[in-house]
Parts: sequence; structure tokens; C-alpha cells
Amino acid sequence: MSRSGTFREAPRRLLDAAAAMMPDGAVMPREQAQALIEKVVKMSKADEISINVTSGYQADLRFAANQVSTSGGVVNGQVGIQSTFGKKHAAAVTNDLSDASLRRAVEQSEALAKLSPDDPETMPGLPSQTYVPVNGYFDSTANLTPEDRARAALTALEPARKAGDLKAAGFIVVNAGSNAIGNSKGLFAYNRSTNANYTLTVRTDDGTGSGWSGAEHPDWKQLDFSGLSAHAIEKARLSRNPVAIEPGRYTVILEPQAVGDLVQLMGFALAARNADEGRSAFSKQGGGNKIGEQIVDKRVTIFSDPQDPQILAQPYDGQGLPLSRQVWVENGVLKQLFYSRFWAQKQGKQPTGFPSSIKLEGGTTSVDDMIKSTPRGILVTRLWYLRPVDPRTILFTGLTRDGTFLIENGKISKSIKNFRFNESPLFLLSNLEALGPAVRIGGTEQGGPVVMPTIKAKDFNFTSLSDAV
Amino acid sequence: MKKTRRDFLKQTGLAAAAVAATGAFSPTKSYGGLLATRAAEMPPDDTVRALMMTAINTAKSAGASYSDVRIGRYRNSIVFTREQQIVNTADVDNIGAGVRALVDGTWGFGASKTLTTDGVAAAAREAVAIAKANRIARDQPVQLTPVQSYPNASWTSSFKIDPFTIPIEQRADLLLKANAEALKVKGVRFVNSGLLFVKEDRNFASTEGSVISQTIVRVAVPFTITAVAPDNSDFQTRGNVVAPAGRGWEYVLEQDLVGNAGKWAEQAVQKLAGKSVDVGRYDLVLHPTHLWLTIHESIAHPTELDRALGYEANYAGTSFVAPPEKMLGKFRYGPEFMNIQGDRSQPGGCATIGYDDEGVKPETFLLIKNGLVNDYQTTREQAAWLKWWYDSQGKPARSHGCSNADSWGTVQFQRMPNVSLLPGAKDISYEDIIAATDRGIAIEGDGSFSIDQQRYNAQFGGQVFHEIKGGKIVGQLKDVAYQMRTPDFWNSMDMIGGQKSYFMGGAFNDGKGQPPQSNAVSHGCVPSRFKNINVINTGRKA
Repeated sequence: MSRSGTFREAPRRLLDAAAAMMPDGAVMPREQAQALIEKVVKMSKADEISINVTSGYQADLRFAANQVSTSGGVVNGQVGIQSTFGKKHAAAVTNDLSDASLRRAVEQSEALAKLSPDDPETMPGLPSQTYVPVNGYFDSTANLTPEDRARAALTALEPARKAGDLKAAGFIVVNAGSNAIGNSKGLFAYNRSTNANYTLTVRTDDGTGSGWSGAEHPDWKQLDFSGLSAHAIEKARLSRNPVAIEPGRYTVILEPQAVGDLVQLMGFALAARNADEGRSAFSKQGGGNKIGEQIVDKRVTIFSDPQDPQILAQPYDGQGLPLSRQVWVENGVLKQLFYSRFWAQKQGKQPTGFPSSIKLEGGTTSVDDMIKSTPRGILVTRLWYLRPVDPRTILFTGLTRDGTFLIENGKISKSIKNFRFNESPLFLLSNLEALGPAVRIGGTEQGGPVVMPTIKAKDFNFTSLSDAV
Repeated sequence: MKKTRRDFLKQTGLAAAAVAATGAFSPTKSYGGLLATRAAEMPPDDTVRALMMTAINTAKSAGASYSDVRIGRYRNSIVFTREQQIVNTADVDNIGAGVRALVDGTWGFGASKTLTTDGVAAAAREAVAIAKANRIARDQPVQLTPVQSYPNASWTSSFKIDPFTIPIEQRADLLLKANAEALKVKGVRFVNSGLLFVKEDRNFASTEGSVISQTIVRVAVPFTITAVAPDNSDFQTRGNVVAPAGRGWEYVLEQDLVGNAGKWAEQAVQKLAGKSVDVGRYDLVLHPTHLWLTIHESIAHPTELDRALGYEANYAGTSFVAPPEKMLGKFRYGPEFMNIQGDRSQPGGCATIGYDDEGVKPETFLLIKNGLVNDYQTTREQAAWLKWWYDSQGKPARSHGCSNADSWGTVQFQRMPNVSLLPGAKDISYEDIIAATDRGIAIEGDGSFSIDQQRYNAQFGGQVFHEIKGGKIVGQLKDVAYQMRTPDFWNSMDMIGGQKSYFMGGAFNDGKGQPPQSNAVSHGCVPSRFKNINVINTGRKA
């Protein structure tokens, strides 16, 4: 690089920059987190205290209109403290980790708790737990430099500029951080992790084509920047000059991102309490919930697993409950709902822990085979602006985006205009025809690991046309 | 785009703490992300000023042609309840410094929670280092339009009673009393309510010579009532009953939660028995408590200049109001009587502020004038892009003051001001419009919402749907949503309320940018009628 001289002034690594900004280091090590928690426990006058410590560094680069736009690095870290007196509790959170500040936060949470009305659902703090080992921390991500990120952006910017009729807009974000939880009952949990995420939208200058690609992994090396960039560019070109076809029910082939956009929303409807209270798609008429009932196609299995190599997520939830493989839907049958500690005790069940990931088990059908077997259908790259319409059926509305194609006689025949849909993951997975291999998706807006296959399904409900490209 | 509560939670960066504090999966408890505390302590004013000078001087010495710094303290306080019990109480205090540097026309940003001379200097050097590294990816250098300097300015938002002074038990008591009133209504099984207070101390300094300090207070009152059929075969909710505002505790009291809870509860129960809507075309009479969100999605977002020029293409999307040279002064958005104002000065507006995050004093401007596109929302960088238009209008090219960041740790960029539909000349009320409508649906409250990435095709639900026949309300409907194409929709507007019917709605959680930022927004508007709009039935069974 001809300008390498300027790089010498830059911090060499993600964590060098962070360490310079935060004298005690950006990613708090286990011993330090444990010492901090023990110190705060000693400050407590409450019946019980629980403490949550997060720390980390995030660096990002945005580009749009074929050039870098904004870019930054942020160091933060905070301590959340919850004090409990009998059935009264309250929390205080601060990002000033000085002893004086921690003491004030303890006192603040105690003062608030004492004044709060009783919470009859207060649960005692957890004792020490055992957690499955997960290594989601990769030096390849933690050791990145600003130049590494800028060079990764060039994999999209250079071909887009060279093409002369394309505009690239993308986002690269990496982080390294740690979390620790402890309480006055002897609980202690610690996890450190990294993450790297890349998303890219390429639009054609004539305003008729748009393509997207994205990927995410804790390990920066797993992201194929050149391949992802080339894929979005190809999609942008293929999607030009879309034609309108009638809205209605269509056989669809949804790429993993599109599947994830809709199916991950099922996770938020899995609360046992809402089901038992009669206000969920999993409520049973007459009372109770639908555990044990067939809810979708027999080929559907949905689970959370922090140790899955495509996931590598934190093996405990925000209260310190251990997380391991938890199957929600198996062979189409609802096997489990999320039970909080309070609701589990009330219903005589085991608490499940709040899941940190979601995966829909894949199959073996390739996208090419799905297309070949489709006389008439629609291939969808991704979905956008999904919002709940009817919680009784987990019905969502949203639109297709960045590459929607008509399939005729086993081949992609043309680019088509985007559709609005009104559809439920339950209906989609009931109308399943085929499953492809599952991949980690990139367009999760940093919402945690989501792993989804390509799927083919019939009767997807498109309700209107959109002029948006 | 307005975010779901779930997205909001994820992006507060406090999700882990929230889960620890609330320990719940159910949406009824997920508000815990917005916490706050009095635990952190900002350095005293002189120290803040000195730290800000250190930051921008360090950036300048390291090679920045321009730099600004924001040192802020962001506090939140929440109380959440359900039925007759407390769910969660929490305070969050978050402080830090964010430094922006422009080097050879390329931006860099560094931010740290460490408010020491070394901490802010390191953030400044990081900003410069990132800017330098990114020069290889630059095309056109950034240019900033001129700004007046304000060497010693301060501003405070228009609250009367600081909500942080209200004791926790008083807040809880108000909510539990309101919940009790709702639970008295037969058929109501659940109530979830909360009080959410925000206080921001924002300090700003730039190499242009400005030093500005501001205090902002906002309040929100989430309140959702759920009615369930006796055999669990159906459930319906009434929520979004109170608009968030840039005001204090006095605003909470004005809402008369205890007095109104019974009425809201009745509306939830009536929905259970409501008629499932027949699909078709209707004239829609949209109450301001509903219309603000339609304005937000279909006018406020598409007139963001960064969107229109592709700067948000990878996330929030672009805009059909593009390119500006084909739109400004030419594109008919709606009827002659349609005027849309951008401002950051309406008292109580969530976007109301004295100075933006580039030290610009915001101005009031018309985005839509007599139905035609007239302007865009801009920052210092963006205003220069429209110089040709401002020249033609005999105006200087200057920022409208729309730069904003949601914390010290995020980089400022273009965010929407208060974007409002101005009242019509005649003194027309919501009831007047209903009386003038032969076959239609009147919609109150905001519900489900979704719009495409260029802001053409949108779908909106609502909270309460009244069937109108022969100028009269004849009953309540359910499963209602309307689908629209933005320019067709606004051009179908044929009646508009007067000044007396003006109301400001809004939300705390408008998302934009990467990393995503969440901003509070307000939109003033009047009741309006839209002709012949496509209504769908959302009550699918399979």
C-alpha cells in the first residue's frame, strides 16, 4: 500500500486502541470481573445482591455511495446491580466503575428497593451453577486494525467503482467483550466473546436493481468478504428491470436470510406464561398450552444450543441459569416453551433459561434442486420491516427486498417487483416442501446468532405489490 | 423506522442488565432495557469544558481539520407494573465522551467512558487514526457548510417538574391505581403499565469555537390492557394510549391515567365482540393519535436527505423522494392544502432542542409546501449537496440542524426533527369529518406498521376501529389494516382538521443507522380524511 506510512500512527490492533482509551483494558478478564463482583457484594446491606458486569470494544466502518461514510471505535463497560429486601427489589446501572460510583449504585438500588412495593414473584438468587464450555473468542477478530476493515470494504468499493453503474453501501462491525454475573449466594458466571458482521447492498445507477449479501461469525476469518461482495453485485445486476406480477399465494424458495427474518420471530412467541394466560399463539382453547401438539411440518426441528459450532453463544442467561441444547420444536411437535424461574415454579416445571440463539435444522436439498423442481414460484433474497399484525397466529407483515425472482419451468426466468406479505412462521413451516443446509445469517442487526436453511414452501401469502427497489 | 420494543431493547446495550433485573422472556417485562441510575457522576462543568478542549485540541494536533466532542450523561429511570404488582424498578446512568475528527475529508470517531484527560485524548487519537486508515476508501472529501459559533451557550427543555424528583412509591402508586381501574372492567384479564423517564445532560464543543451545554427531559407512559375471551378462544389489546413527550412529570399527571383507564379497558373488551372487517375500499378518518405514525413512516423518513442519496441503502433504505433535482419544487406529494413542517422548537416535541449535535441552532422549514416537495432534512455536510436549490430559492445553504446522536458513544448523523402536518384554515374537528363521511372507518391510536425500503408501500393497523355509516359511528371493528402507496394515499386526502384539533404523537424508539441508533420522535397533526383506501382483514386462521 502506498499510504502505509500513515498507518504507523494508527493503533495496531482493535484492543490496543481500546486499552489506550480505557486503562483497565476493554475486555475485562475473568479474575478482574470476579474481584469486582466480590467487592460489590461486600458493599451490600441488602438481603441479597446480584451483579452483572459487561465490558467491551466495538469498531465499525460504514460505506455508501461508493465511499466510506462514518466509522468509529467505542469502549464501554457497565455494572448492573440489583438489591433485594424480602419481596422488594430494584436495579441500578452505571458505567462509571470507580469504587465511589459502585458504592453509590449499591446505595441507589437499595434505596429504590426499600421504597418499591412488594413483587410477589421475587425469586431467591441462584446458587453456584455449572456451565458447558464455549469458546466464542477469536484473536483473529480481536486483533483487527482499522486498515483491515478498510481493506475489507475495498472488496465491494473497488469493483463497484470500476463497474461505473453500481453503488455499494455496506457495514462492517466487529466487537470483543466480556460478561460476568455473580450474587451474594455464590453464583459466578463469566464469558468472553468476539463477533464480526458484514452486510452489503449494491444498487444499480438506473435505480432498478438492488442486491444484498451478509454474513456473521465470531471468527473474522470465516467471513469471505470478496465472495460476499461479488454475490451482492451479481444479484444487483440480475435484479434489474423487474416486472410486476399479480400478488397472491405462491410457492416460494426463501434464502436463509429470508427464512431467518421470519422464523426467528417465533422465538419471541415461545413464552409459556403468555400461552398459559391465554394470550399467545400457543394458548390452548379451554386453557393450558400446546406443548405436545403437532404445530408445523414433521421435518421441522428448532433449537437453541450455545455450543453449536455455527453459534458459539454465551452458555448462561441474564440470571445465570445454564443454557445448553434446548429443543423447542422437534419433528413438528411443540416440545418446550420458555419457562422463567417464577413461572416454572408455579407450574411445577423446570426453568429453561432465556435462549441466546435459535437454529432451524437444515436438510439436504440444494437451492438448484429446489428451483429445478418448481414449475412456477418465487425466489426471495430477504425480507424487510417485519412487524407483528396478529399475535394470535404470530402473523407478521413485511416486504421482500434486494433480489426477488420468478421461477418458471424449473428456471429463474425474470426479476420481479417486490411484494408485501402477511404471513406467519407457523403457516410457512406447515406448508414446507424442502429444506437446504443451514447457515449462520448476517442480517440479524446484532440480535444474536441465528442459523437457518434455505426452504421451499407452498402458498406463501403476498398481499400487494411494492414499487420499491 | 419505528422499532419494535424487542429491537429497542437489543440496541440499548443494556439488554443483559435488563434480563438480569427482570428475568423474563415475556414482552410484559422486556422494558427493563431502559434503566437508569444516579450512580455515575459527571465531572463538574469546568472539568467538562477542559476535557472537551483536550479532545478537540488533541484531534487537531493529530491532523484533524475539524473536530467536535460530546461529553454526555444519559439517565433513565423506569417503573413497570402488571395488574396489582410491581414488575421492575431501575435507574441507569451512563457517561462518556465521543470525539469526531475530519482528516483529509474523511470522518473518524472514537468514544470512551473514561472521563479523564488521558481517556478523552485517547478517544480523539482513535478518531484521527480511524479517519486516516479510511482514506483509502474515500472518494469525495467531506465539506461542511458554515455554522455560527456559540462560545458559551446553554439550553433546557420545557419541563415544569423534573420527573426524577418524584419518589418511586408515588410513581408505582399511580400505575397500580390506574391498573385497578382497568381491571374493574369485565373481560379485562391483564394490564401492563410503566413510567419511563429520560434525562440527558449534553455538552458539546467544536473547533468552530462553540461550547454548548443542554439538558433534556422526556417521559413515556407505556400502558397496555388485554381482554381475553372466557374460553381463551380470542384476545385483544388496547395500548399506545399516551404519546411520549419532551416534558416532565406534569405531563404524566395531565394524562389522568386513573380517570381514563376504564375507558381504554372498555375499548379492549369491545374489540372481542367487534365485527371482523369486510375487505374492500373505505374512506378513512384518521385521528391524530393514529396519523402521526403514518406521517412518520411515509413523509418524515423519505425526506431525510441521506436516505434520498443512498447513504442508508444498506439498512434503513433509500427513498422514492429522489433524486432531489427531480423532486424539489416539482413532485406533488399531496393536495394544495398539505403543508409539512420540520422544526426542533415545538414545546414538548421529542426532537425539540436548542442546538443540534454539530452546534447548529435548528430552524423551522417546510418539507412539503402547498403539496409540493420543498426541502429535505439536513446536516452541515448534507446542506452543501443542495446548494443549487437553495441558490434558486435565494436562501443560504445551511444545515437545518438535524444532526443527532443517541448517546456519547454513537456518531452523530442526520435524524428527523419534529415533522408535522400543519392544520387547515377551517375550524374542522374529528367529529365534523366523521359526520361528513358516508361509508368509512375511523381509526384511533397507532398499531401495527410496516413500510418498504423506499417508503412506497405501507401497511398500518391501529388500536380502535369505528365503522362509519351515514355520518355516524355504528360499531367497533377488528382485524383492520390498510395498505397504501404513499403518493396515492396523500393525494387522496380531501379533508383536514383545524388548529384546535392539532395533537402531537410520537415514539421513543425510531431506528436508523449502523450501528443502529434509537431516537425519540414527535409528529404533530390534525384529523384527516383519505378517500377510497384499500382495507384488508388480518384475522387469518391458516
